[in-house]
Amino acid sequence: MKPIVELDRVERRFNGVHALKGLSLTLAPGEVLGLLGHNGAGKSTMMKLVLGVLAPTAGRVTVLGADPRGTGARSLRLQLGYLPENVSFYDNLSGREVIRYFSRLKRVPLREADQLLERVGLGHAANRRVRTYSKGMRQRLGLAQALLGEPRLLLLDEPTVGLDPMAVRDVYGMIDALRGKGTSVILCSHVLPGVERHIDRVAILCEGRLLASGTIDGLREQAGLPLRIHARGAGLNGTVRTRLNGHGVDIQADGDGSIRLIAPPTEKLHVLRALLEEPDLSDVTVEAPTLDSLYAYFDECGRTGGERHA
Amino acid sequence: MREILIVAEKEFQDGLRNRWVLAITVVFALLAIGLAWFGAAASGEVGFTRISTTIVSLASLAVFLIPLIALMLAYDSIVGEDEQGTLLLLMTYPLSRTGLLAGKFLGHGAILALSTVLGFGLAAVMIIVLAEQATIANLAGPFSLFIISAVLLGWVFLALAYLISVVAREKARAAGLALLVWFVFVLVYDLALLGLLVGTEGRLDGGVFRFLLLLNPTDVFRLVNMTGFEEAAAASGLLSVFGDQSHSMGLLLSILIAWIVFPLGAAAGLFAARRT
Repeated sequence: MKPIVELDRVERRFNGVHALKGLSLTLAPGEVLGLLGHNGAGKSTMMKLVLGVLAPTAGRVTVLGADPRGTGARSLRLQLGYLPENVSFYDNLSGREVIRYFSRLKRVPLREADQLLERVGLGHAANRRVRTYSKGMRQRLGLAQALLGEPRLLLLDEPTVGLDPMAVRDVYGMIDALRGKGTSVILCSHVLPGVERHIDRVAILCEGRLLASGTIDGLREQAGLPLRIHARGAGLNGTVRTRLNGHGVDIQADGDGSIRLIAPPTEKLHVLRALLEEPDLSDVTVEAPTLDSLYAYFDECGRTGGERHA
Repeated sequence: MREILIVAEKEFQDGLRNRWVLAITVVFALLAIGLAWFGAAASGEVGFTRISTTIVSLASLAVFLIPLIALMLAYDSIVGEDEQGTLLLLMTYPLSRTGLLAGKFLGHGAILALSTVLGFGLAAVMIIVLAEQATIANLAGPFSLFIISAVLLGWVFLALAYLISVVAREKARAAGLALLVWFVFVLVYDLALLGLLVGTEGRLDGGVFRFLLLLNPTDVFRLVNMTGFEEAAAASGLLSVFGDQSHSMGLLLSILIAWIVFPLGAAAGLFAARRT
Protein backbone atom coordinates (compact mmCIF):
# COMPACT_ATOMS: atom_id res chain seq x y z
CA MET A 1 0.00 0.00 0.00
CA LYS A 2 1.18 3.52 -0.73
CA PRO A 3 2.27 5.43 2.33
CA ILE A 4 0.01 8.21 3.63
CA VAL A 5 2.91 10.48 4.41
CA GLU A 6 6.34 10.32 2.89
CA LEU A 7 9.21 12.60 3.80
CA ASP A 8 12.25 12.22 1.60
CA ARG A 9 15.49 13.80 2.83
CA VAL A 10 13.62 16.89 3.93
CA GLU A 11 15.61 19.96 4.99
CA ARG A 12 14.21 23.10 6.50
CA ARG A 13 16.19 26.20 7.36
CA PHE A 14 14.95 29.35 9.02
CA ASN A 15 17.25 32.36 8.91
CA GLY A 16 20.31 30.73 10.42
CA VAL A 17 18.50 27.88 12.15
CA HIS A 18 18.74 24.42 10.62
CA ALA A 19 15.43 23.04 11.93
CA LEU A 20 15.29 19.76 9.98
CA LYS A 21 18.36 17.94 8.69
CA GLY A 22 17.69 15.35 6.02
CA LEU A 23 14.60 13.83 7.58
CA SER A 24 13.17 10.72 5.89
CA LEU A 25 10.07 9.12 7.31
CA THR A 26 6.97 7.28 6.11
CA LEU A 27 3.57 6.67 7.62
CA ALA A 28 1.47 3.71 6.47
CA PRO A 29 -2.34 3.78 6.23
CA GLY A 30 -3.96 3.14 9.57
CA GLU A 31 -0.71 3.57 11.42
CA VAL A 32 -0.32 5.63 14.58
CA LEU A 33 3.10 7.26 14.79
CA GLY A 34 4.32 8.76 18.02
CA LEU A 35 6.63 11.66 17.34
CA LEU A 36 8.89 12.32 20.31
CA GLY A 37 11.51 14.96 20.86
CA HIS A 38 12.48 17.75 23.21
CA ASN A 39 11.45 21.35 22.61
CA GLY A 40 12.99 22.62 19.39
CA ALA A 41 13.71 19.14 18.07
CA GLY A 42 11.73 19.90 14.92
CA LYS A 43 8.41 18.20 15.73
CA SER A 44 6.21 21.22 14.99
CA THR A 45 8.24 22.11 11.89
CA MET A 46 7.71 18.59 10.60
CA MET A 47 3.98 18.83 11.23
CA LYS A 48 3.77 22.16 9.44
CA LEU A 49 5.58 20.66 6.45
CA VAL A 50 3.10 17.77 6.31
CA LEU A 51 0.21 20.24 6.63
CA GLY A 52 1.64 22.34 3.81
CA VAL A 53 1.86 25.46 5.97
CA LEU A 54 5.62 25.50 5.41
CA ALA A 55 7.59 24.53 2.32
CA PRO A 56 10.71 22.39 2.68
CA THR A 57 14.02 24.10 1.88
CA ALA A 58 15.11 20.87 0.18
CA GLY A 59 13.75 17.37 -0.18
CA ARG A 60 10.24 16.20 -0.94
CA VAL A 61 7.07 15.94 1.14
CA THR A 62 4.23 13.77 -0.16
CA VAL A 63 0.91 13.55 1.67
CA LEU A 64 -1.86 11.24 0.43
CA GLY A 65 0.09 10.96 -2.80
CA ALA A 66 0.23 14.69 -3.49
CA ASP A 67 2.36 17.73 -2.71
CA PRO A 68 0.71 19.49 0.28
CA ARG A 69 1.57 22.87 -1.25
CA GLY A 70 0.76 21.94 -4.83
CA THR A 71 -2.32 22.50 -6.94
CA GLY A 72 -4.29 19.74 -5.26
CA ALA A 73 -3.65 21.15 -1.79
CA ARG A 74 -7.20 22.40 -1.38
CA SER A 75 -8.88 19.02 -1.71
CA LEU A 76 -6.01 17.43 0.18
CA ARG A 77 -6.71 19.67 3.16
CA LEU A 78 -10.30 18.47 3.34
CA GLN A 79 -8.86 15.08 4.31
CA LEU A 80 -6.52 16.35 7.03
CA GLY A 81 -7.29 17.01 10.65
CA TYR A 82 -4.99 19.05 12.85
CA LEU A 83 -4.97 19.90 16.52
CA PRO A 84 -2.41 22.65 17.20
CA GLU A 85 -0.53 22.78 20.46
CA ASN A 86 -1.93 26.09 21.67
CA VAL A 87 -5.30 27.13 20.44
CA SER A 88 -7.77 29.18 22.47
CA PHE A 89 -10.37 29.80 19.72
CA TYR A 90 -12.80 32.71 19.58
CA ASP A 91 -13.70 33.84 23.10
CA ASN A 92 -16.88 35.59 22.04
CA LEU A 93 -18.38 32.64 20.21
CA SER A 94 -20.03 29.62 21.79
CA GLY A 95 -18.50 26.18 21.35
CA ARG A 96 -21.22 25.31 18.87
CA GLU A 97 -20.58 28.46 16.81
CA VAL A 98 -16.84 27.76 16.71
CA ILE A 99 -17.26 24.16 15.54
CA ARG A 100 -19.88 25.23 12.98
CA TYR A 101 -17.58 27.92 11.57
CA PHE A 102 -14.82 25.36 11.04
CA SER A 103 -17.23 22.75 9.72
CA ARG A 104 -18.49 25.15 7.06
CA LEU A 105 -14.92 25.93 6.03
CA LYS A 106 -14.33 22.20 5.72
CA ARG A 107 -17.63 21.55 3.91
CA VAL A 108 -18.92 19.26 6.63
CA PRO A 109 -22.66 19.14 7.43
CA LEU A 110 -23.58 21.10 10.57
CA ARG A 111 -25.25 18.01 12.01
CA GLU A 112 -21.93 16.19 12.04
CA ALA A 113 -20.32 19.15 13.81
CA ASP A 114 -22.94 18.98 16.57
CA GLN A 115 -22.45 15.23 16.90
CA LEU A 116 -18.70 15.72 17.29
CA LEU A 117 -19.31 18.15 20.16
CA GLU A 118 -21.30 15.45 21.89
CA ARG A 119 -18.63 12.88 21.14
CA VAL A 120 -15.85 14.88 22.81
CA GLY A 121 -18.11 15.51 25.79
CA LEU A 122 -18.91 19.17 25.19
CA GLY A 123 -22.62 18.68 24.47
CA HIS A 124 -23.66 20.26 27.77
CA ALA A 125 -21.45 23.33 27.21
CA ALA A 126 -22.13 23.77 23.50
CA ASN A 127 -24.05 27.02 23.94
CA ARG A 128 -21.66 28.58 26.41
CA ARG A 129 -19.10 31.08 25.25
CA VAL A 130 -15.59 29.73 24.77
CA ARG A 131 -14.44 32.49 27.14
CA THR A 132 -15.84 30.42 30.02
CA TYR A 133 -14.16 27.16 28.92
CA SER A 134 -11.34 25.56 30.89
CA LYS A 135 -8.08 24.54 29.22
CA GLY A 136 -9.33 20.98 29.01
CA MET A 137 -12.59 22.02 27.38
CA ARG A 138 -10.75 24.08 24.79
CA GLN A 139 -8.58 21.06 24.08
CA ARG A 140 -11.72 18.95 23.57
CA LEU A 141 -13.11 21.58 21.24
CA GLY A 142 -9.83 21.49 19.33
CA LEU A 143 -10.08 17.75 19.06
CA ALA A 144 -13.67 17.94 17.79
CA GLN A 145 -12.46 20.43 15.19
CA ALA A 146 -9.63 18.09 14.12
CA LEU A 147 -12.08 15.21 13.65
CA LEU A 148 -14.37 17.19 11.30
CA GLY A 149 -14.99 15.40 8.02
CA GLU A 150 -13.49 12.06 9.12
CA PRO A 151 -9.94 12.91 8.04
CA ARG A 152 -7.71 10.22 6.56
CA LEU A 153 -4.70 11.75 8.30
CA LEU A 154 -4.83 13.25 11.74
CA LEU A 155 -2.02 15.32 13.24
CA LEU A 156 -2.28 15.86 16.96
CA ASP A 157 0.19 18.17 18.71
CA GLU A 158 0.19 17.42 22.44
CA PRO A 159 -3.46 16.31 22.51
CA THR A 160 -3.47 15.39 26.19
CA VAL A 161 -1.89 18.52 27.68
CA GLY A 162 -4.16 20.08 30.27
CA LEU A 163 -6.60 17.19 30.32
CA ASP A 164 -7.63 15.34 33.45
CA PRO A 165 -6.89 11.58 33.58
CA MET A 166 -10.40 10.61 32.49
CA ALA A 167 -10.21 12.92 29.49
CA VAL A 168 -6.78 11.55 28.60
CA ARG A 169 -8.31 8.07 28.53
CA ASP A 170 -11.10 9.38 26.29
CA VAL A 171 -8.57 10.84 23.87
CA TYR A 172 -6.58 7.61 23.71
CA GLY A 173 -9.81 5.68 23.27
CA MET A 174 -10.72 7.93 20.36
CA ILE A 175 -7.31 7.39 18.78
CA ASP A 176 -7.76 3.62 19.09
CA ALA A 177 -11.20 3.84 17.46
CA LEU A 178 -9.81 5.93 14.59
CA ARG A 179 -6.95 3.50 14.10
CA GLY A 180 -9.53 0.74 13.85
CA LYS A 181 -11.24 2.67 11.06
CA GLY A 182 -8.00 3.03 9.14
CA THR A 183 -7.15 6.65 9.97
CA SER A 184 -3.46 7.41 10.10
CA VAL A 185 -2.36 9.47 13.07
CA ILE A 186 0.77 11.43 13.90
CA LEU A 187 0.86 12.09 17.60
CA CYS A 188 3.32 14.59 19.08
CA SER A 189 3.79 14.16 22.75
CA HIS A 190 5.96 15.00 25.72
CA VAL A 191 3.63 13.07 27.96
CA LEU A 192 5.02 9.60 27.56
CA PRO A 193 3.54 7.33 30.24
CA GLY A 194 0.48 5.51 28.99
CA VAL A 195 0.91 6.38 25.34
CA GLU A 196 2.77 3.15 24.44
CA ARG A 197 -0.30 0.99 24.01
CA HIS A 198 -1.88 3.42 21.58
CA ILE A 199 0.93 3.87 19.07
CA ASP A 200 2.29 1.49 16.47
CA ARG A 201 5.58 3.16 15.80
CA VAL A 202 7.81 5.73 17.43
CA ALA A 203 10.03 8.32 15.78
CA ILE A 204 12.48 10.19 17.98
CA LEU A 205 13.72 13.55 16.75
CA CYS A 206 16.67 15.42 18.14
CA GLU A 207 17.96 18.72 16.80
CA GLY A 208 16.28 18.18 13.45
CA ARG A 209 17.57 14.65 12.88
CA LEU A 210 15.73 11.36 13.14
CA LEU A 211 17.53 9.46 15.92
CA ALA A 212 15.48 6.31 15.88
CA SER A 213 12.27 5.01 14.43
CA GLY A 214 10.52 1.70 14.70
CA THR A 215 8.12 -0.28 16.82
CA ILE A 216 8.55 0.01 20.55
CA ASP A 217 9.81 -3.58 20.72
CA GLY A 218 12.24 -2.88 17.94
CA LEU A 219 13.58 0.15 19.76
CA ARG A 220 13.92 -1.86 22.97
CA GLU A 221 16.00 -4.38 21.13
CA GLN A 222 18.09 -1.68 19.54
CA ALA A 223 18.70 0.10 22.82
CA GLY A 224 19.42 -3.09 24.79
CA LEU A 225 18.30 -1.47 28.01
CA PRO A 226 18.22 -3.84 30.99
CA LEU A 227 15.04 -5.50 32.22
CA ARG A 228 13.87 -5.11 35.77
CA ILE A 229 12.59 -8.27 37.37
CA HIS A 230 11.05 -8.46 40.81
CA ALA A 231 10.77 -11.90 42.39
CA ARG A 232 9.01 -12.69 45.65
CA GLY A 233 9.57 -15.71 47.86
CA ALA A 234 11.52 -16.93 50.87
CA GLY A 235 15.26 -17.50 50.63
CA LEU A 236 15.64 -16.57 46.97
CA ASN A 237 18.74 -14.49 47.51
CA GLY A 238 21.32 -17.24 48.01
CA THR A 239 20.52 -19.92 45.46
CA VAL A 240 19.44 -17.62 42.61
CA ARG A 241 22.60 -15.61 43.03
CA THR A 242 24.74 -18.72 42.53
CA ARG A 243 22.60 -19.97 39.62
CA LEU A 244 22.88 -16.68 37.72
CA ASN A 245 26.51 -16.07 38.46
CA GLY A 246 28.38 -14.97 35.35
CA HIS A 247 25.30 -13.92 33.34
CA GLY A 248 25.71 -10.21 33.95
CA VAL A 249 22.70 -10.03 36.23
CA ASP A 250 22.69 -7.56 39.09
CA ILE A 251 20.78 -8.81 42.12
CA GLN A 252 19.65 -6.80 45.09
CA ALA A 253 17.91 -8.27 48.10
CA ASP A 254 14.95 -6.55 49.68
CA GLY A 255 14.40 -6.81 53.40
CA ASP A 256 11.42 -9.18 53.16
CA GLY A 257 13.30 -11.90 51.30
CA SER A 258 12.23 -10.84 47.81
CA ILE A 259 14.88 -9.85 45.25
CA ARG A 260 15.21 -7.32 42.43
CA LEU A 261 17.17 -8.30 39.36
CA ILE A 262 18.50 -6.04 36.65
CA ALA A 263 19.28 -8.21 33.63
CA PRO A 264 20.33 -7.62 30.03
CA PRO A 265 17.34 -8.30 27.72
CA THR A 266 19.10 -11.30 26.15
CA GLU A 267 19.15 -13.03 29.52
CA LYS A 268 15.43 -12.68 30.14
CA LEU A 269 14.42 -16.32 29.65
CA HIS A 270 17.50 -17.60 31.40
CA VAL A 271 16.69 -15.52 34.48
CA LEU A 272 13.07 -16.62 34.44
CA ARG A 273 14.01 -20.29 34.21
CA ALA A 274 16.39 -19.88 37.11
CA LEU A 275 13.67 -18.25 39.15
CA LEU A 276 11.06 -20.89 38.30
CA GLU A 277 13.30 -23.62 39.62
CA GLU A 278 13.05 -22.09 43.08
CA PRO A 279 10.40 -24.01 45.02
CA ASP A 280 9.64 -21.05 47.28
CA LEU A 281 9.00 -18.53 44.47
CA SER A 282 5.57 -16.99 44.92
CA ASP A 283 5.44 -14.16 42.33
CA VAL A 284 7.44 -12.64 39.48
CA THR A 285 6.97 -9.30 37.69
CA VAL A 286 8.95 -8.40 34.58
CA GLU A 287 9.25 -4.76 33.66
CA ALA A 288 10.40 -4.00 30.10
CA PRO A 289 12.06 -0.61 29.62
CA THR A 290 9.35 2.06 29.39
CA LEU A 291 9.00 4.40 26.44
CA ASP A 292 10.17 7.04 28.87
CA SER A 293 13.54 5.37 29.41
CA LEU A 294 13.88 4.50 25.72
CA TYR A 295 13.36 8.13 24.83
CA ALA A 296 15.87 9.23 27.45
CA TYR A 297 18.37 6.70 26.10
CA PHE A 298 18.08 7.74 22.44
CA ASP A 299 17.95 11.42 23.28
CA GLU A 300 21.16 11.06 25.30
CA CYS A 301 22.80 9.29 22.34
CA GLY A 302 21.66 12.05 20.02
CA ARG A 303 23.06 14.79 22.18
CA THR A 304 26.46 13.21 22.68
CA GLY A 305 26.54 12.25 19.00
CA GLY A 306 25.72 15.82 18.09
CA GLU A 307 28.54 17.08 20.22
CA ARG A 308 30.97 14.78 18.55
CA HIS A 309 30.02 16.27 15.19
CA ALA A 310 30.40 19.80 16.44
CA MET B 1 -14.79 32.03 -3.08
CA ARG B 2 -17.09 30.00 -0.84
CA GLU B 3 -14.51 30.16 1.95
CA ILE B 4 -14.13 33.93 1.55
CA LEU B 5 -17.87 34.37 2.08
CA ILE B 6 -17.83 32.11 5.14
CA VAL B 7 -15.08 34.22 6.71
CA ALA B 8 -16.87 37.43 5.72
CA GLU B 9 -20.10 36.24 7.26
CA LYS B 10 -18.38 35.35 10.51
CA GLU B 11 -16.72 38.78 10.72
CA PHE B 12 -20.00 40.50 9.93
CA GLN B 13 -21.86 38.54 12.59
CA ASP B 14 -19.10 39.30 15.08
CA GLY B 15 -19.69 42.96 14.26
CA LEU B 16 -23.41 42.64 14.94
CA ARG B 17 -22.80 40.68 18.13
CA ASN B 18 -20.19 43.06 19.52
CA ARG B 19 -22.62 45.94 18.89
CA TRP B 20 -20.10 47.53 16.53
CA VAL B 21 -22.75 48.09 13.89
CA LEU B 22 -25.20 49.54 16.39
CA ALA B 23 -22.62 51.79 18.05
CA ILE B 24 -21.25 53.20 14.81
CA THR B 25 -24.74 53.76 13.38
CA VAL B 26 -25.93 55.62 16.48
CA VAL B 27 -22.79 57.75 16.69
CA PHE B 28 -23.02 58.75 13.03
CA ALA B 29 -26.73 59.48 13.18
CA LEU B 30 -26.44 61.61 16.34
CA LEU B 31 -23.45 63.42 14.94
CA ALA B 32 -25.23 64.31 11.71
CA ILE B 33 -28.48 65.39 13.34
CA GLY B 34 -26.65 67.32 16.04
CA LEU B 35 -24.52 69.19 13.57
CA ALA B 36 -27.52 69.95 11.39
CA TRP B 37 -29.44 71.29 14.39
CA PHE B 38 -26.71 73.19 16.19
CA GLY B 39 -24.63 74.07 13.17
CA ALA B 40 -25.98 77.59 13.18
CA ALA B 41 -25.37 78.13 16.88
CA ALA B 42 -22.25 80.10 16.05
CA SER B 43 -24.37 82.69 14.32
CA GLY B 44 -26.65 82.94 17.32
CA GLU B 45 -29.56 80.79 16.38
CA VAL B 46 -30.57 77.19 16.85
CA GLY B 47 -32.38 75.23 14.18
CA PHE B 48 -31.58 73.41 10.99
CA THR B 49 -28.87 75.12 9.04
CA ARG B 50 -28.08 75.09 5.39
CA ILE B 51 -27.22 71.69 3.98
CA SER B 52 -23.82 72.86 2.79
CA THR B 53 -22.88 73.97 6.32
CA THR B 54 -24.03 70.66 7.69
CA ILE B 55 -21.99 68.68 5.17
CA VAL B 56 -18.88 70.74 5.72
CA SER B 57 -18.95 70.44 9.50
CA LEU B 58 -19.93 66.77 9.26
CA ALA B 59 -17.00 66.07 6.97
CA SER B 60 -14.51 67.82 9.24
CA LEU B 61 -15.64 65.67 12.19
CA ALA B 62 -16.00 62.44 10.22
CA VAL B 63 -12.46 62.77 8.98
CA PHE B 64 -11.25 62.19 12.54
CA LEU B 65 -13.82 59.60 13.53
CA ILE B 66 -14.06 57.24 10.54
CA PRO B 67 -10.34 56.39 10.31
CA LEU B 68 -10.25 55.73 14.06
CA ILE B 69 -13.28 53.43 13.91
CA ALA B 70 -11.95 51.51 10.91
CA LEU B 71 -8.52 51.03 12.50
CA MET B 72 -10.07 49.86 15.78
CA LEU B 73 -12.33 47.44 13.94
CA ALA B 74 -9.59 45.65 12.04
CA TYR B 75 -6.13 46.27 13.55
CA ASP B 76 -6.05 42.84 15.23
CA SER B 77 -7.68 40.79 12.50
CA ILE B 78 -4.54 38.82 11.59
CA VAL B 79 -2.29 39.33 14.62
CA GLY B 80 -5.23 38.51 16.90
CA GLU B 81 -5.91 35.20 15.13
CA ASP B 82 -2.20 34.50 15.35
CA GLU B 83 -2.14 35.06 19.12
CA GLN B 84 -5.11 32.83 19.82
CA GLY B 85 -3.69 30.05 17.65
CA THR B 86 -6.49 30.03 15.11
CA LEU B 87 -4.36 31.46 12.30
CA LEU B 88 -2.19 28.35 12.10
CA LEU B 89 -5.33 26.24 12.25
CA LEU B 90 -7.07 28.19 9.49
CA MET B 91 -3.98 27.78 7.32
CA THR B 92 -4.51 24.02 7.43
CA TYR B 93 -8.05 24.45 6.11
CA PRO B 94 -8.88 24.80 2.43
CA LEU B 95 -8.49 28.57 2.70
CA SER B 96 -5.66 30.63 1.25
CA ARG B 97 -4.04 33.53 3.07
CA THR B 98 -5.34 35.96 0.48
CA GLY B 99 -8.77 34.37 0.87
CA LEU B 100 -8.70 34.91 4.62
CA LEU B 101 -7.73 38.56 4.15
CA ALA B 102 -10.38 39.06 1.47
CA GLY B 103 -13.04 37.53 3.71
CA LYS B 104 -12.04 39.79 6.59
CA PHE B 105 -12.16 42.85 4.33
CA LEU B 106 -15.57 41.91 2.96
CA GLY B 107 -16.97 41.37 6.45
CA HIS B 108 -15.48 44.47 8.05
CA GLY B 109 -16.19 46.50 4.92
CA ALA B 110 -19.85 45.49 5.08
CA ILE B 111 -20.01 46.47 8.77
CA LEU B 112 -18.60 49.92 8.02
CA ALA B 113 -20.70 50.45 4.91
CA LEU B 114 -23.92 49.35 6.60
CA SER B 115 -23.46 51.52 9.65
CA THR B 116 -22.32 54.53 7.63
CA VAL B 117 -25.27 54.30 5.25
CA LEU B 118 -27.71 53.60 8.08
CA GLY B 119 -26.37 56.29 10.42
CA PHE B 120 -26.02 59.14 7.96
CA GLY B 121 -29.01 57.97 5.93
CA LEU B 122 -31.22 58.05 9.02
CA ALA B 123 -29.94 61.53 9.77
CA ALA B 124 -30.72 62.64 6.23
CA VAL B 125 -34.28 61.37 6.53
CA MET B 126 -34.71 63.21 9.84
CA ILE B 127 -33.39 66.42 8.37
CA ILE B 128 -35.73 66.18 5.40
CA VAL B 129 -38.68 65.59 7.69
CA LEU B 130 -37.84 68.24 10.26
CA ALA B 131 -36.16 71.07 8.36
CA GLU B 132 -38.25 73.28 6.17
CA GLN B 133 -35.70 74.23 3.58
CA ALA B 134 -34.40 70.67 3.12
CA THR B 135 -35.96 68.64 0.36
CA ILE B 136 -35.00 65.33 -1.11
CA ALA B 137 -33.95 67.16 -4.24
CA ASN B 138 -31.35 69.41 -2.66
CA LEU B 139 -30.22 66.98 0.03
CA ALA B 140 -29.85 63.75 -1.95
CA GLY B 141 -26.88 64.83 -4.08
CA PRO B 142 -24.44 66.18 -1.49
CA PHE B 143 -25.48 63.66 1.16
CA SER B 144 -25.04 60.66 -1.15
CA LEU B 145 -21.63 61.92 -2.16
CA PHE B 146 -20.76 62.40 1.50
CA ILE B 147 -21.89 58.88 2.40
CA ILE B 148 -20.06 57.26 -0.53
CA SER B 149 -16.82 59.08 0.26
CA ALA B 150 -17.22 58.26 3.97
CA VAL B 151 -17.55 54.55 3.17
CA LEU B 152 -14.50 54.74 0.90
CA LEU B 153 -12.52 56.53 3.62
CA GLY B 154 -13.47 53.80 6.07
CA TRP B 155 -12.33 51.11 3.65
CA VAL B 156 -9.01 52.94 3.13
CA PHE B 157 -8.27 52.69 6.83
CA LEU B 158 -9.49 49.09 6.96
CA ALA B 159 -6.91 48.28 4.30
CA LEU B 160 -4.24 50.10 6.31
CA ALA B 161 -5.36 48.20 9.42
CA TYR B 162 -4.76 44.84 7.67
CA LEU B 163 -1.33 46.01 6.62
CA ILE B 164 -0.59 46.83 10.27
CA SER B 165 -2.06 43.52 11.39
CA VAL B 166 0.13 41.54 9.01
CA VAL B 167 3.32 43.45 9.85
CA ALA B 168 2.94 43.50 13.66
CA ARG B 169 3.82 40.34 15.58
CA GLU B 170 1.98 41.31 18.77
CA LYS B 171 -1.47 42.71 19.30
CA ALA B 172 -0.23 45.52 21.54
CA ARG B 173 2.24 46.63 18.92
CA ALA B 174 -0.46 46.56 16.27
CA ALA B 175 -2.62 48.81 18.46
CA GLY B 176 0.26 51.25 18.84
CA LEU B 177 0.93 51.24 15.11
CA ALA B 178 -2.75 51.84 14.38
CA LEU B 179 -2.74 54.88 16.64
CA LEU B 180 0.41 56.13 14.96
CA VAL B 181 -1.10 55.73 11.51
CA TRP B 182 -4.17 57.63 12.65
CA PHE B 183 -2.05 60.48 14.02
CA VAL B 184 0.05 60.71 10.89
CA PHE B 185 -2.80 60.77 8.39
CA VAL B 186 -5.29 62.82 10.36
CA LEU B 187 -3.10 65.32 12.23
CA VAL B 188 0.63 65.22 11.55
CA TYR B 189 0.47 65.25 7.77
CA ASP B 190 -1.54 68.46 7.60
CA LEU B 191 0.54 70.10 10.31
CA ALA B 192 3.71 69.21 8.44
CA LEU B 193 2.29 70.64 5.24
CA LEU B 194 1.31 73.78 7.09
CA GLY B 195 4.81 73.98 8.54
CA LEU B 196 6.24 73.57 5.07
CA LEU B 197 4.03 76.31 3.75
CA VAL B 198 4.95 78.73 6.55
CA GLY B 199 8.62 77.73 6.51
CA THR B 200 8.97 78.48 2.84
CA GLU B 201 6.96 81.66 3.31
CA GLY B 202 4.56 80.60 0.65
CA ARG B 203 7.23 80.26 -1.99
CA LEU B 204 6.38 76.57 -2.34
CA ASP B 205 4.95 75.95 -5.74
CA GLY B 206 1.17 75.65 -5.61
CA GLY B 207 1.23 72.62 -7.88
CA VAL B 208 3.58 70.70 -5.58
CA PHE B 209 1.46 71.60 -2.60
CA ARG B 210 -1.76 70.45 -4.22
CA PHE B 211 -0.04 67.25 -5.22
CA LEU B 212 1.06 66.66 -1.61
CA LEU B 213 -2.49 67.22 -0.40
CA LEU B 214 -3.84 64.70 -2.88
CA LEU B 215 -1.46 62.08 -1.47
CA ASN B 216 -3.30 61.96 1.84
CA PRO B 217 -6.63 60.09 1.75
CA THR B 218 -8.10 62.18 4.56
CA ASP B 219 -7.38 65.39 2.66
CA VAL B 220 -8.92 63.86 -0.43
CA PHE B 221 -12.04 63.09 1.61
CA ARG B 222 -12.17 66.71 2.76
CA LEU B 223 -11.76 67.90 -0.81
CA VAL B 224 -14.63 65.71 -1.98
CA ASN B 225 -16.99 67.20 0.57
CA MET B 226 -15.80 70.76 0.99
CA THR B 227 -15.00 72.06 -2.42
CA GLY B 228 -17.84 73.76 -4.13
CA PHE B 229 -19.32 75.15 -0.93
CA GLU B 230 -18.61 78.72 0.05
CA GLU B 231 -18.67 77.74 3.73
CA ALA B 232 -15.73 75.53 3.00
CA ALA B 233 -13.29 78.39 2.85
CA ALA B 234 -13.67 79.04 6.57
CA ALA B 235 -13.77 75.45 7.68
CA SER B 236 -11.25 73.80 5.47
CA GLY B 237 -8.07 75.60 6.45
CA LEU B 238 -5.36 74.19 4.25
CA LEU B 239 -7.74 73.30 1.46
CA SER B 240 -8.24 76.99 0.70
CA VAL B 241 -5.03 76.65 -1.28
CA PHE B 242 -7.15 75.09 -3.94
CA GLY B 243 -9.24 78.23 -4.13
CA ASP B 244 -12.10 77.85 -6.48
CA GLN B 245 -10.15 75.46 -8.60
CA SER B 246 -12.16 72.30 -8.19
CA HIS B 247 -10.93 68.83 -8.96
CA SER B 248 -12.81 66.31 -10.93
CA MET B 249 -14.79 64.14 -8.54
CA GLY B 250 -13.70 61.10 -10.54
CA LEU B 251 -10.05 61.81 -9.80
CA LEU B 252 -10.67 62.29 -6.06
CA LEU B 253 -12.69 59.09 -5.71
CA SER B 254 -10.11 57.18 -7.76
CA ILE B 255 -7.41 58.32 -5.33
CA LEU B 256 -9.46 56.94 -2.44
CA ILE B 257 -9.95 53.64 -4.28
CA ALA B 258 -6.22 53.46 -4.97
CA TRP B 259 -5.64 53.93 -1.25
CA ILE B 260 -7.82 50.86 -0.67
CA VAL B 261 -6.31 48.68 -3.37
CA PHE B 262 -2.60 49.27 -2.71
CA PRO B 263 -2.47 48.72 1.06
CA LEU B 264 -4.70 45.66 0.66
CA GLY B 265 -2.41 44.33 -2.05
CA ALA B 266 0.65 45.02 0.09
CA ALA B 267 -0.97 43.30 3.07
CA ALA B 268 -1.83 40.24 0.95
CA GLY B 269 1.69 40.13 -0.48
CA LEU B 270 3.41 40.38 2.90
CA PHE B 271 0.99 37.89 4.42
CA ALA B 272 1.63 35.34 1.68
CA ALA B 273 5.38 35.76 2.12
CA ARG B 274 5.17 35.26 5.86
CA ARG B 275 6.51 32.07 7.37
CA THR B 276 3.61 31.31 9.66
